[in-house]
Amino acid sequence: MRYFAKRIGQAIITIFAATSLTFVMYRLMPGGPIDSLRQEFMTGGGGDFASGGGGRDPEEVNRLIELHTGITPDVPLHIAYYQYMRDLLLYQDFGISIYYGEPVFDILFRAMPWSIFVSVYGLLLGFAVTIILGAVMAFKEGGRFDKVMTVVIIVLDSIPYYVAAIVMLATLAFGLGWFPHGGRAYSDSVPGFNAYFMQGVLHHGTLPILSGMVVGFGSGALAMRANSIRVMGSDYLRVAELRGLKDSRISIRYIGRNAVLPLYTGFMIGLSSIFSSGVIMERIFTYPGIGWYTFDALMRQDYPLLMGAFIFFTVITVACILIADLTYGFIDPRASVENKESY
Amino acid sequence: MATSDPNDNQADDIDVFNIVADSDPLTRKERLFRWIDLNIFTPYRIIRSDWRASFGIAMIIFLVFVGTVVIRFIPYPRVGDYPRYAPPFQSLAYPLGTDNGGRGILAQLVHATPDMLIIAFSGAVVAMSIGVVIGTVAGYKGGYWDEVLMGISDVVICIPGLPLIIVIVAIYPPTSPWLVGFILAIDNWPGLARALRSQVLTIREESYIEAGRAMGRNSGEILWDDVMPQLMPYITIRSAGAARGVIFQSVGLYFIGVLPQGGLNWGVMMNDAYNIGSAVSNPGLSGHWLYAPMFVLLLMSMGLILLSQGLDRIFNPRLRARHEKKASEKDEIEVDL
Repeated sequence: MRYFAKRIGQAIITIFAATSLTFVMYRLMPGGPIDSLRQEFMTGGGGDFASGGGGRDPEEVNRLIELHTGITPDVPLHIAYYQYMRDLLLYQDFGISIYYGEPVFDILFRAMPWSIFVSVYGLLLGFAVTIILGAVMAFKEGGRFDKVMTVVIIVLDSIPYYVAAIVMLATLAFGLGWFPHGGRAYSDSVPGFNAYFMQGVLHHGTLPILSGMVVGFGSGALAMRANSIRVMGSDYLRVAELRGLKDSRISIRYIGRNAVLPLYTGFMIGLSSIFSSGVIMERIFTYPGIGWYTFDALMRQDYPLLMGAFIFFTVITVACILIADLTYGFIDPRASVENKESY
Repeated sequence: MATSDPNDNQADDIDVFNIVADSDPLTRKERLFRWIDLNIFTPYRIIRSDWRASFGIAMIIFLVFVGTVVIRFIPYPRVGDYPRYAPPFQSLAYPLGTDNGGRGILAQLVHATPDMLIIAFSGAVVAMSIGVVIGTVAGYKGGYWDEVLMGISDVVICIPGLPLIIVIVAIYPPTSPWLVGFILAIDNWPGLARALRSQVLTIREESYIEAGRAMGRNSGEILWDDVMPQLMPYITIRSAGAARGVIFQSVGLYFIGVLPQGGLNWGVMMNDAYNIGSAVSNPGLSGHWLYAPMFVLLLMSMGLILLSQGLDRIFNPRLRARHEKKASEKDEIEVDL
């Protein structure tokens, strides 16, 4: 039970740290977002809030800054911090986007499922391929398949996911016209539980998922191969063979399970990196998920949206890792028992 | 040494501690020769016997050579040097074609190399140093240390790296490539620390570690002398991996235009080709502008992967033992790797 409590506590600390970080960047950095927003509002800019040219009075500017970022300028630091965190955590008040003029939370909440959809599918697909390939290579160690695949994997591993994405976009979408160039679904489809919409989602999601697979793929197969080979040399496996256990049982329960364990940390980092990679990926495929809005916000200097996207990314990653963590106990029963001696 | 006389026995004990080897001590020359044999010839033979290691090291040496020597012979590319959007393989002056401003693609690639190497190097060194210290201490010490150190790295793992880097870069755009590598290391050390910790967890239960503790050696000595050699192959693999990760991310961020666009950079070239040359929808016009930097990036990352595998072979004690013997006996090497 302590294991679960610790994991959940850690998740909360992480989210707390990330949000505090955004506050620090907002408020403490000289020449940071607050200052540049102030300048923008002073000169009468600010998207839909433009109320004629000329300067605004400072109170009006402060009010606008507070409205957009949730941070009240000119109050003591600790009070500003308290107010910011309270609004953020209790009321999900992420401020208002400067460019879109909508609450940041609404924009990102609508985009979130799409990002999760392509990322998680890409990662799972990549990991499945990785594990199977690594296991087969270990099984045929030294054979022709092993040698050829090692080279193939090294070559594949040297391809960054965005390069894969660009090549796929150039060949499969622009060259052959099999897939759309961007977007999330057919523009004439009605969102909901109907076949045409689903087909569109799948059609548009295929390329992002495939390039997400490249992220999950990585050098995992070689690590899996090395782990399997190491496990294959251990004594208990010989005992299992001598006991006359079936090959399938040995390969899955004895080798597979033990060899997958070290990959598990890789899986958690993979979760984190695949959401990160969304920023570049969604930009390439013009896929309006959270990553696309992050990029958009950066280009438009829309700090509330940028900070909001960062917090969203953190929350999604933390939630996924928490789920992975809590299920880890099923894969490795030793994880939830902590009796390690301290030196 | 069976004697019945206790006094005699005591004298023997003293003798035991004063025994000196029969052979003459090595001269300075011999020791130098041995050192060279151990640290230069043996690794060289191991590398030469494996095509992957040779390719990886050759690749990295080539890139360093391009970044330091070749760069002096190729003039800095300027707008208007040559015709615009020239396709590749047309002229010796611009072998890989030109971009929208008539700058030679090859010259741009060459002049971008030093920055890329610096980014990879600084990122890998920073990420690896933090990761090794935190990972080994957490894994070996266990208990309170473990909880705190792993808690910190878990928090950093959970905060998605690229968005964090984007937020930092949005507020403070780094101009120096050293700084870019440093910032990108933020995302790369926790994974290394965690992986090293889980390696140390299995090593710490070994009996020779326990023997070391029983002898009263302190944790630092045990970590350095007994644990680190075991981890060395792993660290080298991961550090080349970290360099690759940093390069991937930096080029990616330059490519989407997050990092400052001034100066020559493979990612910036890709960005320009993608946006200005619309290379994806119109590959006939500017495809070479986009694909040339991508290809070089690919070579660099492949070189790093193969280099890490080559280093693994040098560090691998069992493999090395075979070679050490043979290298000093001047035998032919016949290892099937």
